[in-house]
Amino acid sequence: MGILETEKTTGVKEDIRQKEIVLGSLRQAVLQNLDSSIQTDQFLLNMGPQHPSTHGVLRVLLELDGERIKRSVPDLGYLHRGTEKIAEYRTYNQIIPLTDRLDYVSAMANNYAFVRTVEKLLQLKVPERAEFVRTIVAEIQRIVNHLFWLGTQALDIGAMSVFFYTFREREELLDIFEILCGARLTTNYYRVGGVESDIPQHVIDRLYKFIEAFDGNIREYNTLLETNRIWLARTKNIAVITAEDAINFGLSGPTLRGSGIPYDLRKFEPYGAYDQVEFDVPVGQNGDIYDRYYIRIEEMRQSAKIIRQCLDKLPSGPVMTDDHKVSFPEKGRVMHNMETLIHHFLLVVHGFNVPPGDTYCGTETPKGELGFYIVSDGTGKPYRMKIRAPSFVNMGAFDHMAKGYMIADIITIFGTYDIVMGECDR
Amino acid sequence: MHPVAESLEKRFAGMFLGSRESLGDLTVYVRAENALEIFRALHDDPEYSYDYIVDVTSVDYPMDPERFEVVYILYSLSRRHRIMVKVRVTEDSPVVDSVVGIWKGAEFMEREVYDMMGIQFRGHPDLRRILMPDDYEEGYPLRKDFPLVGKGWRDSFSFVPRFQDVRPEIDGKKGDSDSYFPV
Repeated sequence: MGILETEKTTGVKEDIRQKEIVLGSLRQAVLQNLDSSIQTDQFLLNMGPQHPSTHGVLRVLLELDGERIKRSVPDLGYLHRGTEKIAEYRTYNQIIPLTDRLDYVSAMANNYAFVRTVEKLLQLKVPERAEFVRTIVAEIQRIVNHLFWLGTQALDIGAMSVFFYTFREREELLDIFEILCGARLTTNYYRVGGVESDIPQHVIDRLYKFIEAFDGNIREYNTLLETNRIWLARTKNIAVITAEDAINFGLSGPTLRGSGIPYDLRKFEPYGAYDQVEFDVPVGQNGDIYDRYYIRIEEMRQSAKIIRQCLDKLPSGPVMTDDHKVSFPEKGRVMHNMETLIHHFLLVVHGFNVPPGDTYCGTETPKGELGFYIVSDGTGKPYRMKIRAPSFVNMGAFDHMAKGYMIADIITIFGTYDIVMGECDR
Repeated sequence: MHPVAESLEKRFAGMFLGSRESLGDLTVYVRAENALEIFRALHDDPEYSYDYIVDVTSVDYPMDPERFEVVYILYSLSRRHRIMVKVRVTEDSPVVDSVVGIWKGAEFMEREVYDMMGIQFRGHPDLRRILMPDDYEEGYPLRKDFPLVGKGWRDSFSFVPRFQDVRPEIDGKKGDSDSYFPV
């Protein structure tokens, strides 16, 4: 009986298949006829500046052909606050909190990029422990940033649950930031010549515990996404960029590494404690959104690895340079010693002088190469400060990467840059 | 002298103005009229192969006869070397050739330099303001003669009130905020 029924159903199926073939060819014929008669107009669509998935205020003008993007023109500057102009009127220490507001989801990385440039101009050596603490905090920031990115990217695509998982871990790390510097987002933790406060033992213990569990957490996120059919359909072979184009456009960070270029300043020009730890730079193959997702996941694992090695090797000693030309004197002495008080006062009011000259210094932040170009005229304020923001440069390739994809992909392409408008518009 | 600067000097005699090495950075100064030719060589020639554009920026020196300095920061991924190329232009004709034909990433960078410093890029495909509004009329904000607080353009904005103030008047004054929103 079973056999009979199967024969029967296959007969029906065959019938349906035949009908489908007929219908299909009919449809094709109709479409072919239509093709010549349909008049298409240029269709312009305005997206933003207020749109939940633009991660800030970004406006894009889209020229559409049906649902396909023919051309897109990003309109930037809605969050332009003139950081570069303000910096010309501030002492170097006053600029550090301004850098917090560039890429406001990874403020520590911005602080790091800025103080490194000033230290390069000053030719200042930072104590060993400070270098390790800086590296640890920078890598914590990388994990925080990638967790935030993963949650929001998945949320943009429609997978809401990932967001809750990633924010659970992000919260733990932000608590650590709060212990270190009193703030969760606008941290203002790095100083020219070191860091503001030492990393206490209970934070070290907490970090060890976090790293212990973190690999399992990443596996947990991956169970939600790695082979999720919707995720694959929305990310595989979308926004593909070849290696040559990616270099030519000056892309950096995971956006460049997704195309297979292992350009990572931590390896190319090691700074901090990166030359004393072992880690890999993950690269992609296809240069699509999925590869860039995978790179960021892998980078989180590598960051955890770096943090563990740094914690193991953490040397003892001061976390701030003893060069009192740039570092503040001890608070206890300021209250009792007149000269120290004057010195403290001058550092606050006038700042420290930086020898004349100019330099560029790039730092590998979670989003890519964040560089500062500072021209000093020998005074306590920069003569000119230029911020090379990875989000801004990556946005230059937006038209190239969005061309030919569907209108719904626009949101995932914003997401794949990990764009933050605070940094893009400065 | 750095080998790259040496070879550039030999090859582009007359266009090459000098070089400087400080803090581990190599800076070369070239003539604005011939800059494009040198940039093409820097990108194409395997001897240099500066295939990655890091940034294009500008500095204003109001006292100098050649007022603006355009700074190109280039990087060679294969040789792992960074170079800064500097070009000077005058206030009367602040024009340099665009390098968008060589590095596509320069498009936004050059637009920003134009927006902030007012330097024109000859041959740029879309030279518009990028960060400031399209109808911004106060000039170029990162020039040294531009005041930090702006020139008053914002004061001319017309103000559209969001709510009509319908708070009841008590003794000739408006009441408390409980009755603020329109009913």
